[in-house]
This record gives sequence, structure tokens and C-alpha cells, in this order.
Amino acid sequence: MPVQSPISSVNDFVVRFANVNGSGSASANELFARAILRHGVPVSPRNIFPSNIQGLPTWYEVRVTEAGHLGARGGVDMMVAMNPQTWDKDLASIEPGGYLFYDSTKPMPASKFRADITVIGVPLTAITNSTYTDPRQRQLFKNIIYLGALCALLDMDPKLIEQLIGEQYKGKEKLLSSNVHALHLGRDWALQNLKCPTGLRVKKADKVGDRIFIEGNSAAALGAVYGGATVCAWYPITPSSSLADAFASHCKKLRHDPKTGKANYAIVQGEDELASIGIVIGASWNGARAFTATSGPGISLMQEFIGLSYFAEIPAVIMNVQRAGPSTGMPTRTQQCDIIACAYASHGDTKHVLLFPEDPAEAFEFAAQAFDLAERLQTTIFVMLDLDIGMNHRLSRPLKWDDARQYDRGKVMTAEMLEDGRDFGRYLDVDGDGIPYRTYPGTHPTKGSFFTRGTSRDRYARYSEEGAVYADNMQRLVRKFETAQDMVPRPLQANAAKPTKYGVIYFGSTAPAMDEAIGILEARGHQLDRLRIRAFPFHSSVASFIADHDFVYVVEQNRDAQLRSLIVNENGIDPVRLVPILNYDGTPITARFIAGAIGDHQDQLQVTPLRKVKS
Amino acid sequence: MTYIAKPKFQHPGLPRNDLGFTHRDYEGKVSTLCAGCGHDSITASIIEACFELSIEPHRVAKISGIGCSSKTPDYFLGNSHGFNSVHGRMPSVLTGANLANRDLIYLGVSGDGDSASIGFGQFAHSIRRGVNMTYIVENNGVYGLTKGQFSATADRGSKSKKGVMNNDNAIDLVAIALQLGASFVARSFSGDKTQLVPLIAAAIQHKGAAFIDVVSPCVAFNNHAGSTKSFDYVREHNDAVNRLDVITGREPITVDYAPGTVQVVEQHDGTRLALRKIDADYDPHDRVAAMTFLQKHAAKGQIVTGLLYVDPEAEDLHAHLDTVDTPLNQLGEDVLCPGTSALDKINASLR
Repeated sequence: MPVQSPISSVNDFVVRFANVNGSGSASANELFARAILRHGVPVSPRNIFPSNIQGLPTWYEVRVTEAGHLGARGGVDMMVAMNPQTWDKDLASIEPGGYLFYDSTKPMPASKFRADITVIGVPLTAITNSTYTDPRQRQLFKNIIYLGALCALLDMDPKLIEQLIGEQYKGKEKLLSSNVHALHLGRDWALQNLKCPTGLRVKKADKVGDRIFIEGNSAAALGAVYGGATVCAWYPITPSSSLADAFASHCKKLRHDPKTGKANYAIVQGEDELASIGIVIGASWNGARAFTATSGPGISLMQEFIGLSYFAEIPAVIMNVQRAGPSTGMPTRTQQCDIIACAYASHGDTKHVLLFPEDPAEAFEFAAQAFDLAERLQTTIFVMLDLDIGMNHRLSRPLKWDDARQYDRGKVMTAEMLEDGRDFGRYLDVDGDGIPYRTYPGTHPTKGSFFTRGTSRDRYARYSEEGAVYADNMQRLVRKFETAQDMVPRPLQANAAKPTKYGVIYFGSTAPAMDEAIGILEARGHQLDRLRIRAFPFHSSVASFIADHDFVYVVEQNRDAQLRSLIVNENGIDPVRLVPILNYDGTPITARFIAGAIGDHQDQLQVTPLRKVKS
Repeated sequence: MTYIAKPKFQHPGLPRNDLGFTHRDYEGKVSTLCAGCGHDSITASIIEACFELSIEPHRVAKISGIGCSSKTPDYFLGNSHGFNSVHGRMPSVLTGANLANRDLIYLGVSGDGDSASIGFGQFAHSIRRGVNMTYIVENNGVYGLTKGQFSATADRGSKSKKGVMNNDNAIDLVAIALQLGASFVARSFSGDKTQLVPLIAAAIQHKGAAFIDVVSPCVAFNNHAGSTKSFDYVREHNDAVNRLDVITGREPITVDYAPGTVQVVEQHDGTRLALRKIDADYDPHDRVAAMTFLQKHAAKGQIVTGLLYVDPEAEDLHAHLDTVDTPLNQLGEDVLCPGTSALDKINASLR
């Protein structure tokens, strides 16, 4: 076997921490990621965690990427193996020439290692046990000690980590100094006993700029605050719970009356998802901006109410942080698998507006915009996040708001308008856009009241089972959906350097991996025009993009090519022309995967015909 | 009946309330329920209670689920917004509506199928949250719209119209409401308007979760011998613990009561309830005793009616959430949107 030379790379590698859930490793690992950012080097961290509180394996992966590739890369250059339970699998996942960092307190047989990697043993338990006596301290500081050792091994500036610890424990002097002490304990041991640095190094750069480091769920929750949401009703479910939690903590800081201290919002943890969406619909019916946050199983439970929202035309905002389904599926793994379930949610003929943010900045923008759209269109708006965006810290452009911006409260008939004798028909299409006027309850003593119901009714909200009346209403709803096309965020197109017959459509959290894959594909000689879809109903540019290309790849994170089905169904496209590229194992899609799958297909298309070879 | 439009004519001598409204101003569309349906009597009682309280009709939001009872909001308060929502989900819709605008009066109308079966959970949770509402269950023990299946409030041993025996234990919503902390709990009978009207009026004035179970016979499917929800059965087994007068304003009580028979309850908003005791030992402020009393009498086959429990110091969900006095649906960007300067600070804290 040829000797594998160790990987040598500056600011471009993947470190993966294998930990036991509940061991307090998360904060140390996050500190590691933030420390690299402080070097001016972009990182893209990902939590890979079980549906469990204590005991099961959990991983934290940090992609160090000066080039700014924020998608998952795949592969591991350095494994910090702190979990004996997953040792064999973790060892096997290291790239040839990679590094294994482990606790060498107990001797391990040679059979437990690999010859083609660099093994770095640090007696973490021995160091901790000789320094600390309290069991909890031993566990927590062990994490900081390995962080110190990594600081030396990766040539990181310890001052930057100290600075971060200082910010974290501001005012808690004892915790601050003991953390810094532990950091140096690990770092000093590594410097004295190991070859430092390794081939993997962090070098100061200036590639982070003004970007912020935030989880998509927190950004979406902040979008709800800025978008004017006053009522939030939710039921705990991974991976959306942190969105509701974030809304509560943002509101605590930003939404209390300065004089009275009272809350300008109401948050209710419902008894289930049915109650949560019911509260949202009741509040929206009564003129407040309301939302719920949920995931796949919650969407299944909310179906009946979503149909009511569509048919009785009541605004609602649902933030769906998607996870791998069906059924309970993989609650802590990511997918984009609720596209069809949301687009056509509920029984009967329904269609719903979906927004697909690519990152936290867009999650913030789309979450805020969803409330305008919901009130303008008087229907449910889905903000389609996923676990990858929602629960991971992502380097993102700063959040932006325009102070001149006013909320679009939609068509609401006021007491004055009613008094002026305006004809009020709750389901009357006065402007030809399919959108009727509504009134808030309690508006006027004698005018503008109506009976809201999920049963069929005429333009003046009077109960009717007449076929023509029903069809008239259903047609108007189609017109309204057409109106929506030009209101929702448009697709963004980026063309290849050279004219090409091939295109690719993608959306949501796939974006960073796609951007990186384009570079890899171009290096292989494949030119692709790109279209990032940001909303459903699809803008007309989606159909024209497909018409302009022989084949269009549709990259998704689900098994059944759901977005592709939606495009085929809604735009009457020949399915042959849309080639599905699907990643659905629950791990975030990678550039390597996309480039591999599209590249192979392109290579096949460009195979020289047999007779030409012969001649 | 239902194809006849309601005549607009009204007698000039109809009595008017403090707002100058007549009963007609509190009516809705013509009922589409069966002639003689108990629910129509409850509708009439709601109209009477709102008239007597001089409520502005458009300041009421009437919300229901699905079923015969849930259709009734169309038949009263025609100038109010109504919401015939989803089967069993009235409580959540009402909760949301109440959060959006604390200034309206919320009337939740439901049935025994809607609240004791499909919506049992929502019933329970809206009560335990203390939503400020009047929650009326029009309880007939059967599914009327689907033609006579037992509901979960049908008593064990009672017989359906087709002669089928109900073997399942009944859910007593009053007992559950008491256990879950409802701050106003009453039971009445659709055939006893003099008892029911003041109970509805008091419930509307109560600031908190007010629950009224109204036994309301279904003339089409549950008014036969063997039923425990028929007019005859309820009349024979009705055990009223008290009679209620609602006193609005602060004027002295002028009604002439026999000494020792009246208990005056002053509510948070200053309204007073004069309870004429029928059962001298019954104390409507003792939740635990009320629960025991109910159980004992239910075992004897008696239907206990009246104001069973009231907490005059009740708090509602808005108090628990400490929301602002201004209804949330009236807050604008100026209050709700923290603006760019706050966002700049947030961005800075995330670097």
C-alpha cells in the first residue's frame, strides 16, 4: 500500500466532532466555528443530531471555506472522535490522508486505527481528571480542553477564542477565567507533545465581511416580528420549535410597551397543531397578523383548516420547517419533502402559495412578506424552510429593513367606506383580480357583517348549493391565484458564460451547494443556465426558462421529485425534459452530489454515437 | 318555513332597551332547524339576554363549529359577524379571535358532538386557558344532521329512536368544565327560558371562561321514551339548585325576596347576580362541593341545573399573557415594527 501523504490545506477543510448527546459539547463546538469566523474565514457548520436528549450520538460538522462555499461538502478531513459508540463509523468516514483526533487516556489496539491517516491522541480524560474533581466540570471542561488542543493543531489564534469566551461570559468572571484556563491547558499540552500545526491550518483572511451568523428559524421569527405578527400559536415539533422560541425571545426584547411593559403580542402553545392553526385562523379572521410554525406531521394535521382558509378566504401564515417524512420519518434530518402536501393541502380543489427562502436573510424577508401576501390574497401562505436552514447557524448577508415600508393590510372595507354606500359583497370580485373585500368583525352597527363558513355561498356570503354559484366562486379563486403569480418573489436566473442547451432549476436550502456545483461542472466543461425558484405559483419565467432549454435538471431534496411534478402539472411541461436530481437520505445536499449526478448525465448525453466511432 | 323571508315590518309599540333597540334588532335569519327544536328556544334566549343587556349587536362575534347547534348563530344577531368554522374546532377559532380583539364579546355555540366528541380536546383547553367567552353547548345527546347516532353525552342505558341501547358512559361537560377551572359554570334546559335567559346574560358579563350546558331535546331523533334528553324526561328529572336574576348597574336591588333566600354575587365589572336559592345548602362558590353535588345527583338520575359555580374574581387569558389594552388587531407598524436601528443592533450582535 502506497504511503498516503497527509492532507495539506489552508482554510479549506472539514472538521467533524463526534459527541454524545447531552455531554455539553454543543457550545464548545459552536465556539470553535465562531473562532474561525473571527479569523475572517467563512465557515458552514451543521448539527447532525438524534431525536433524543441524552445518550445518543450527535455530530457537529464545520466546513472551513475561505472560498465561501456554505453548502455541505461531504467527507471529513479531521474527525474529533469523542464518542466510542460511533468510533468505527467515524474512523471509516475520514478522507484518506485525513486526521483522527481522539482521547488517548485509555490505550487502543492498533486494529482500531487506519494506516492512511494521521492519528492524534490527546489524553483528555487524564488531563481533566487531574485538574477537576467535580464530575460536571470534568465533562464540560473536557470539551474546552479539546478546543484548546485544536487551536494549536490548526494554528488558530488563541486570543480570538479568548475574546469570544469573554463575550459569552461577560460579567461572570469565575466562569470566564476557568474557561480560558481550560483552553490553555489543552493548547499547551498539544504544543508540548504534538507536531503543531498539522497540514490543516486556519490563516487569517478577510472573507467574512459584514455577514452575520444566524439560524434560519431565528431569522424567520424576526421576520414575523418585523412583519407585524401579533398572534403566534404553535405546538412543539422538531425542527420548528426553535422558531416559536425565537419569536418569544425577540418579542420579549422588541415588543413590550415602553410605558406599561405590557405585551404587544400573544403567544399560545396550543394543545396540538389543529388548535394552533385554528387560533391563527380565528385571529386573522379578526384582523390580526397571525402565524404558526410547524413541520410535516403538523401540516398533515392542519389540512382541514388550510382548506377553510382557502375557501372562506382567511389569511394565515404557516412556517413549515421541513424534516424527512413520511410519518414520523427522520425528525432530526433535513428534506424538502412537503412541496406537494403544502401546494395542494386539504381536500377538494385547492392551491396554496409557497415561498422558498434560500438562507436566513431570505427567511427573514419572506417571513415578513408572508403577512402582506396573506392579507392581500386572503389565504394561507407557507414559508417553506427546512431543518438545514432552520436549525444551523449560517453565514448570511445582514438582515435589511426599509423604515418607509408600510404593511399591506389588503382589501379591508372600513366603517367609512360602508357608510359611503360602497357595495359590500364578501366574495364579490370588484377589481377583476379575484380578490374580494373583507370586513373585520365589529366594524359597523348595521353594515358589513357577514357569516363566514366553509360551505358554498354566493358573492354576498349567502349560503348556496347552486352549481353555477359554486363554480363562479371556484373560478374566482383560480383568478386570485393567477393574481398571486405576480406578487410573490420572482425566480432568479443566472446564465452560463457560454450559450447552452441545458438548464438547472433549484430552490431553498439547495442554493449554496448548487452555486458550488456550478463551478465544479464548469471545470468539467459543462455549461448550465440556472433558475432559482422562490415561490409557487410559478412566475411565467419558469415556463419560458424550460422552453429555452433542451433539458432542465430539477434539483431537490426528496424522493419523488415533488417540485418537478408541480412544474409538470401546473405548466403542462413534457416530463421527459425535466431531469430529476434527487438527494433524500436526510443529509443536506452537497455540491459533490449535484455535480456528480448532473455531470454523469451530461457525459451520457455527449457520448459520441457508435457509428461515428467506427468510421 | 325557511323559504319565507322574514317580514321587515315591526310593531311600533315593541319594547326598546337602553340603546333604543327592539328584539328585532337582535334577530337573525329564519331558522332552518326542525319545528319544535330545542335549539331554537336557546336562540330566542340568546336574543332576549342580549336585548336585556343592551349589547350593541355588532360588538358580538358569534363562533361555532359544525352541526345543528352550530348553524344557529345565523339565526340571531344578524348584524354580528359569525363564523361557522370546522367541526369541533370552535374553541381554537374563538381563542384566536379573542386574542386579536379583546374588546368584542365572544359567543361560542357548539353541540354535544362538536364539544364532547370531535372537539373534546379543544373544549377542554379553551376552558383551562380561561378565554373570556360564553361557551354554550346545545346538548341533545344525538347527532341530528347525520340522523340520530348517539353522541358522547348520551347517558349509559338510554335508548336511541331505533331502539339501540347506549353502553358507553356519558361525558358530563359541566363536571369537566368545573374540573378544568371554568370560572362560570351553569346548566339549564332549553324549555326553561326563565332560568336560561339570566344565565346567558350573567355568562356574557362574566370576565373569564363561562360555560353553559343547555339540555336541548332533539324533536326528530331524541324525544322518545327511553331517552334521557327528551322534554318529558328532563322536566321530570330537573333539579334546579337556584334561580338567577342579573342586575345591571349599581342601583339597589328592588326585587322583593324572602329573607335568607337570596345570595348576591358581585362580579369584577360591578355587575351583580342575585341568586334565589332553591336548595338552601348549595354554595355556588365552592368548586369541590359543586363537583360532589353533581356526582351524587347524577347517580340518582337527576339533572342538576342553575348557576353551579362562579368565581367573581376570575381572570382571563389576556391577563395571563399580560397583553396591551389596545386590541392587537388595531396596532400598526409604529408599534409593531422595531425598525432599522434595532435591526442594525441585532445584525451587530450576530457577528
